[in-house]
Amino acid sequence: MKYIDEFNDPDLARRLLDEIHATATRPWALMEVCGGQTHSIIRHGIDQLLPEQVELIHGPGCPVCVTPLDVIDKALEIASRPGVIFCSFGDMLRVPGTDRDLFRVKGEGGDVRVVYSPLDALELARKHPDREVVFFAIGFETTAPANAMAVHQARRLGLANFSLLVSHVRVPPAVEAIMSAPQCRVQGFLAAGHVCSVMGTAEYPELAERFGVPLVVTGFEPLDILEGIRRAVRQLERGEHRVENAYARAVREDGNPAALRMIQEVFEVADRNWRGIGRIPRSGWRLSEAFRAYDAEHRFDVGGIRTEEPAECRSGEVLQGLIKPTECAAFGTTCTPRTPLGATMVSSEGACAAYYLYRRMNSPMPQAARAAREEMNPVA
Amino acid sequence: MCLAVPGKVVSIDDQADPLTGLIDFGGVQKQACLEYVSDVQVGEYVIVHVGFALQRLDEASALASLKLFEELGLLEEEFGDAWEQAANEAGATLTAEHPNSGSEVL
Ligand code: SF4
Repeated sequence: MKYIDEFNDPDLARRLLDEIHATATRPWALMEVCGGQTHSIIRHGIDQLLPEQVELIHGPGCPVCVTPLDVIDKALEIASRPGVIFCSFGDMLRVPGTDRDLFRVKGEGGDVRVVYSPLDALELARKHPDREVVFFAIGFETTAPANAMAVHQARRLGLANFSLLVSHVRVPPAVEAIMSAPQCRVQGFLAAGHVCSVMGTAEYPELAERFGVPLVVTGFEPLDILEGIRRAVRQLERGEHRVENAYARAVREDGNPAALRMIQEVFEVADRNWRGIGRIPRSGWRLSEAFRAYDAEHRFDVGGIRTEEPAECRSGEVLQGLIKPTECAAFGTTCTPRTPLGATMVSSEGACAAYYLYRRMNSPMPQAARAAREEMNPVA
Repeated sequence: MCLAVPGKVVSIDDQADPLTGLIDFGGVQKQACLEYVSDVQVGEYVIVHVGFALQRLDEASALASLKLFEELGLLEEEFGDAWEQAANEAGATLTAEHPNSGSEVL
């Protein structure tokens, strides 16, 4: 009973699971969009506690995983320049570029610094007027308000030595791309809670309608995820496809209007490449015209860098839910968290790393999870 | 970095621009930008992501989340010394030259 007992309210977890088991009569495939959710699902063995009919497919919601290789190479190039202080969130340090990572650049003498917030990078720019401070602005909608504020402040303070290397991605166009793929098996989505804390839910009803899929806004704690699954399965069994908010304590329908205003002022929608997936129209943000002077790609003239990903890495298929990490031949052999071939193995939020860390080498169901499942649902 | 962590507003610096406050995350205290939740009061809980409060949260939910994050070691991951963590893992990067060590678990 290890898995269930680890839940912060095991009784509630059991009740939610009972209801999911009782509701699901047919096979359903749900995609959790957020990497935090993937991590939580694998960590708690949630996928193995579900009825066999309910399959979870891991989505592309890890900013570290989807940042394209050519952007990593641009980061490495800029970070290597003399006079530059290159600032990044810690989990980007080991993401492999074509032939090295930021950690290596630091070892070779580049001034690479880990910051907790983009405002820390701004502070560095203020303290070092003689240096160029570049912040690696990656992330989904959750991170965008912070990055937008940083560049907005830079302009207000007249800090000309601050710039952003932007690789921002947006969830709804990714959902659209996943649903439009001919091989798509996804029938419902657990939408990422904290993305919706910022953006609200306005972008989703159209997608639910067009593709006939339930979209349930879900948090990433184990009980949140069970509740999201319960609601998605209930909709599917009833033949419904609506947007439901199962994370109302942190998500309002209109999101955070002040944050949205700032995003709209600083960024504009643009096409983006997703690592392993390729180009998705209108799936990201770039700096708007008024802030273009703060774009590190132009300032350092690295716009021309284009690169190829290692052929054996199948992270693109993993990110789209087409294969499980264990189906990749490199998984656990040539590709491990210590020697990652693809970004989904680097970030702890990546599906390959989550499978590796929790020992899903051949996806055997741990004894404890099997016992728990049998006890809850003897006929399953 | 995906994580958004709930914390309690301990103090607010009205003079700061952007609006800033000290937030307590289950013992770890850090400054965060409050500009996007500008009418928040001391004592309320907010969800903080990369140094920015994004929404309010009720106390019960916030405390439950914090307890869970602590148990999972996620607070450490979010607020610990990122360089130290990266360095530990980079035993890692360095072992890239020693492929045989690849099967170890982190
Ligand atoms: S196991 Fe490694 S090589 Fe295979 S898809 Fe995942 S990241 Fe790529």
